[in-house]
Amino acid sequence: MTETIFTVISNGTVSPGIFVMKLSGDTSDIIKPGQFVNVKVDGAFLRRPISVCDAEENVLTLVYRVVGDGTGRLSRTRPFDTLNLLTGLGNGYDTSVSGERPLLVGGGVGVPPLYMLCKKLIREGKSPSVILGFNTESGIFLESEFRALGVPVTVTTADGSYGIKGTAADAMACADYTYFYTCGPMPMFRAIERVAVTGGQFSFEERMGCGFGACMGCTCKTKYGDKRICRDGPILMREEIIW
Amino acid sequence: MVNTEVSLCGIKMDNPVIAASGTFGYGKEFAELYDINILGSFSFKGTTAQPRFGNPTPRIAECASGMLNSVGLQNPGYKTVIEKILPEMKEYFRKPVMANVGGFSTDEYAEVCEAFGREPQIGWIEVNISCPNLHGGGMSFGTDPGSAEQVTKAVRRVTDKPIIIKLTPNVTDIASVARACESAGADGISLINTLLGMRIDPRTRRPVLANITGGVSGPCVFPVALRAVWQAAKAVKIPIVGMGGVSSARDVIEMMLAGATAVGVGAANLTDPFACKNIVEALPEEMKKYGIGTLSGIIGASI
Repeated sequence: MTETIFTVISNGTVSPGIFVMKLSGDTSDIIKPGQFVNVKVDGAFLRRPISVCDAEENVLTLVYRVVGDGTGRLSRTRPFDTLNLLTGLGNGYDTSVSGERPLLVGGGVGVPPLYMLCKKLIREGKSPSVILGFNTESGIFLESEFRALGVPVTVTTADGSYGIKGTAADAMACADYTYFYTCGPMPMFRAIERVAVTGGQFSFEERMGCGFGACMGCTCKTKYGDKRICRDGPILMREEIIW
Repeated sequence: MVNTEVSLCGIKMDNPVIAASGTFGYGKEFAELYDINILGSFSFKGTTAQPRFGNPTPRIAECASGMLNSVGLQNPGYKTVIEKILPEMKEYFRKPVMANVGGFSTDEYAEVCEAFGREPQIGWIEVNISCPNLHGGGMSFGTDPGSAEQVTKAVRRVTDKPIIIKLTPNVTDIASVARACESAGADGISLINTLLGMRIDPRTRRPVLANITGGVSGPCVFPVALRAVWQAAKAVKIPIVGMGGVSSARDVIEMMLAGATAVGVGAANLTDPFACKNIVEALPEEMKKYGIGTLSGIIGASI
């Protein structure tokens, strides 16, 4: 973990309530996809944990949903504003176990961390494919970025307004893969647990105090003992999760 | 040159800053960031007889200039602390550490304190009496002078190490609880623990915390804490560890003026992992600013 000052390069909305922020600063501590940063926001006491969408050559990309006052203030930061970030938090996805054809399944605001993961898997010579689940066409983001990586992308919408009508888990049930990685809401996780045919890794979310393992605010029970989502997670292996 | 040294229950500290229990784990996460030997000391995670998972999540909420927690004493139990954690801690913390003890009966407090009393690494035992008394209808030991006295007597019997009783602010008269602890043989008191509070999510119309209520901490409680320290300091002669919302060197000085010999830093560690380090490093400059040469000389100066 490092505490670093980042400078906002750009910050804008890509779909209703969803913002993409690019920042410049030292990203050297972000070593794995699936890790997160903890952002100090003026006027809020606790930091806001946000998953890393991409980190390359000291440019950090965060995609976040505005849910309350804290992320609301974050959405109003402008280029050249500075932000205090704790970087390199969380265990991150383990790509060494992915096999040749890993499947990445993202739901809504859970999609962003899969982008950096996808890039890493490609660099490792693997052939990932991606399923992105959204509620409706207007809520879709990052689809073109994934397509630009040259991987097969399936988009599902719950209302059928774009792509395949249904959920990401529905699409997953028809897919062929060697391993899976997912990030998204709990109902999607439960559906994935029902249809998945291989091992996989899930990225969990919990309200955090510190984000680096000190306060025990975000602990959950697993088959391998109590784990702090912020430090021992947010990625948990399929076999250790208690549903 | 300024002198930041203080002596707490006969143990000399380089400075009065103690990272408060529950915000510093067992120190390991912070030791990875900076040399935590620059602290006066730290009070490790509240420890009970049996391992505890704590309360269901969510157990963290936020408020203006502060936060709420309902972690519920998650800890691995004192046996694991003694067998696994303390030996490891020796590698990154060379000073006497403060052991924080929780309990749900006087017997439990005594069992854990007796075991910690035999550990040479432990300088002081801080006894958190804010826990509910399971034999007393679930009311916190610390809200009643009689129960506070009972716990203090029980732990006094089992160890010669300095006993510091940590008081809850959720009482009508903090001075009477402080006096009860002093007369029962406590070597010091620390205060304040968190203030009982709650938040509600208007969208779900449900409390934010799964436990419904939780303890409020952070800068918003500092004036309440300072007042409680001042009242307790007027009531007892034993040293006081003042805490509650401390987040700057100036806050440390205020706490000491109100009667604190040492000062705990809690919630600040969670939003800024370098908070204690920054406070320790800022202390000499802050002392000069107020014409303080010897920090211990200002203890209780405002009383």
